[in-house]
Amino acid sequence: MVDTANTNDVWVVVEQHDGEAAEVSLELLGRARELADQLGVQVGAVLIGAGEAAKALAPALVARGADTVYFVAHTDLAHYLAQPYTQVVTGLIREHEPQIVLYGATTTGRDLAPRVASALRTGLTADCTDLRIGDHALKGEEFKDLLYQIRPAFGGNIIATIISPLHRPQMATVREGVMVMPEEDRRRDGRIIAVPVTRARERIAVRAGVVLSDEDFVVTLVKRVQEEKRVDLKGARIVVSGGVGVGSREGFALVEELARTVGGVVGASRAAVDAGWIDHDHQVGQTGTTVRPKLYIACGISGSVQHRAGMDQSARILAINNDPLAPIFSVAHYGVVGDLHKVIPLLIQAYKTKGAGGGAAPAPGQAAPAQPAAADGGAS
Amino acid sequence: MPQLRIVVLVKQVPDTANVTGEAMKEDGTINRAALPAVFNPEDLNALEEALKLKDRHDARVTVLTMGPPAAVQVLRESLYRGADEVILLTDKAFAGADTLATSYALSLAVQKLGGADLVLCGRQAIDGDTAQVGPQTAEKLGYPQITCVSRVDELRAPDGEAGSGAGGEAGSITATRSIEGGFETLTSSLPCLLTVTGEANDPRPPSVKLVMTYKGIAAEAMPEYDDSYLDPERDEAEVCMIGKDGKPVCRARVIQWDHAALAADREALGLRGSPTRVKEIESVVLAQSEARMVAPDEAGITELVHELIEEHILG
Repeated sequence: MVDTANTNDVWVVVEQHDGEAAEVSLELLGRARELADQLGVQVGAVLIGAGEAAKALAPALVARGADTVYFVAHTDLAHYLAQPYTQVVTGLIREHEPQIVLYGATTTGRDLAPRVASALRTGLTADCTDLRIGDHALKGEEFKDLLYQIRPAFGGNIIATIISPLHRPQMATVREGVMVMPEEDRRRDGRIIAVPVTRARERIAVRAGVVLSDEDFVVTLVKRVQEEKRVDLKGARIVVSGGVGVGSREGFALVEELARTVGGVVGASRAAVDAGWIDHDHQVGQTGTTVRPKLYIACGISGSVQHRAGMDQSARILAINNDPLAPIFSVAHYGVVGDLHKVIPLLIQAYKTKGAGGGAAPAPGQAAPAQPAAADGGAS
Repeated sequence: MPQLRIVVLVKQVPDTANVTGEAMKEDGTINRAALPAVFNPEDLNALEEALKLKDRHDARVTVLTMGPPAAVQVLRESLYRGADEVILLTDKAFAGADTLATSYALSLAVQKLGGADLVLCGRQAIDGDTAQVGPQTAEKLGYPQITCVSRVDELRAPDGEAGSGAGGEAGSITATRSIEGGFETLTSSLPCLLTVTGEANDPRPPSVKLVMTYKGIAAEAMPEYDDSYLDPERDEAEVCMIGKDGKPVCRARVIQWDHAALAADREALGLRGSPTRVKEIESVVLAQSEARMVAPDEAGITELVHELIEEHILG
C-alpha cells in the first residue's frame, strides 16, 4: 500500500460490547471528524458484532461524526477475538484503502491493531495522546498532510512525534480520555453499509465482503467477567489523590476522609499503588486513568511525568507536599508546602465549618448534594 | 510424549522506571546512556511462566533476544534461572528497527528453530510501552495470540509429533487476560503466543546452583564485563564470567544469528524495514512553577477553602 495520495478516508475501528460502544471509540470519531475536515475527506467507522444491539449502534456512530458505517455482523463475531477481527479489518482496509485508521488504546485495540499492522506491513503507533496533520521533508522529498502521531515514550520522559511517510494506512491506537467526546447530532446524514460475511471451512475467494474460515477460530472465549466499575475516576468532579508522602495504608484513611468530606473520589500515584496501600483502580497517570476533574488535590505526590500526564488537564490543581521543589508544584494552581498529616485535617475542618466562616459561604442547598456522593465516593 | 518446545522473547531495556539525578541533564532532559540496562520486567514474568511450565512438563525453554552484543547479559540471567538454550540476534542490519521490523526478525528466528508449541513474551517493554511486538510476531508466525495474560490456567501438552499436525492432539492452553474492569478466559490450540503481565507471577531469582554450573566456581557476575569476545565472524560465542582468579570461565554457549543466518530480506529489517519514523522528540521539561503558595496554617487553609467554595470549585 504505497499509494500515499491524501484523498482517502479517515477510519475509526469501533469497539463495542453488547451494543455499547467504548467511550474512546466515540471520542475518536470526534477527532477523526476534525482530521477528515482538515484533509477534505470522509470519516468511516468499522462496526463489528452480532445481532440487533450492535446494529442499533450504527446511527449513533453517524451522530458522532461518521459519514459511512461499515457494519460487519455474524454470530461468530459476537465477542472480540483477535484472528477473525483481524481478518475483517484487514479485508476492509485492503478493499477501501483508507489513509488513516484509528483504534482505542484499550486491551482490545492494542490486541487487534498490531496484528492488523503486521498483516498489512504498515506502521502503527501505540497509545497516542494527540493526533495532528502536518508535513515532513525526507531526503529532499516533501510529504504533505501526514498524520502526526504524538505519544509519550521512554517512561514518559519524552514526547515523540511519529510518522509513517511511505506506508498506508497510517495507524495509531489512542488513549482513552485524551480526546474530547463529540456532541451527538442526530440530524447528521450517513450511510450504513452492511458488509457480507462468508463463513467457510477453508479460506475461499469471494466477490464481495469478508471470509472467515475455521483457522480463524482456534481460540475460543471460555468466559468473560466484567465487574461493575467500582471507582469512577473519569467522571469525578473532584479527585483527592495520595502518593508516597501519605506514608502507609493507614495514612490513606486521611486522604479518603478528605475525599468523603468534599464529595470527591480517591486517586493515587503509581508508587502508592505499587506499595500496596490502595487498589490499582484508583491509579491516576500514564498506566492508570487520565482525569480532568474540576479540582484535583494531590497529597504527598511528587509529580512524576507519568503522573502529571494523567492529571495536568484538571481545571484546578491543589498540591500539598513537604518538598518545595516537588515537580507537582509546576502544574499546580495552589501549593501548600507542609506536612499533609497536618494540612489535610485543616482542609477538612475548614470545609466542614464553611457555613460559619465569613460571608463567602454558599447557600446550604449547594452543599447538600455533596453528602450522598460522599457516602460511596471514597472507600472501595 | 514429545518434549514441549517453549520460546521466550526477551529484551534488554534502559531502566526508565528509575530515572535518578545522575541521568538528568542540566536542561532537564534524560541522558539515556546514564540509565542502567535491565531485563525488561514483564519479560522476566514471561520467562517465569515458561519455567513454571517446565517444572510440570517435559519442556525445553529457549530464550531469544535481539539487540547489541551487550544484550547477552539478559541471556546470562535467563540461564541462571533455568533456560536451556539462549540465542542472540545481533547484526547492524537489525539496528533502528520499529516493532514491525523487530517482529519480522523474531518470527524468522522462531521459524529457524523449527517453530514452537508456545511463544511467551512480556506484554510490553518499559522503554517503548508499545505492546506491539507480541501480536505482530504472532501474526507473522500465523499463530493465535492471548495478550495481557495474568494467569495461565491449564496446559494440555501435545501428544503427537510436535508441529506435524498429524498423529495426535495438538494440545491446548487456557489463560486468563486482564481487561478493563474485569477479565476473560480463553482457550487456544497450540502453537500459540502469549504476552504476560506483571500480575502473572513473581519471577524467581537466579539459582545459586545454576550460577555455579555456568560459572564453575563461585564468582561475581560482572555485567560491565567486556562483551567483545562475541566474535561477529562466528555464529556461536561463549557466555563468560570472571572467575575468582580473575580469568574468564566459560560454560554455556550463546547461539548468535545475523541476518544471513535468518535468510532475512534486508529490506524488511532494521530502519529500512520500519514504516514508522521519529519526526521529533521533545523532552519533558518542568515548567516554572506558577502555583500560588498558601501558608500551611489554619488562616491560610481556611482562606483557600473559602475562595474555592466561592468560585464553585468546591461544593
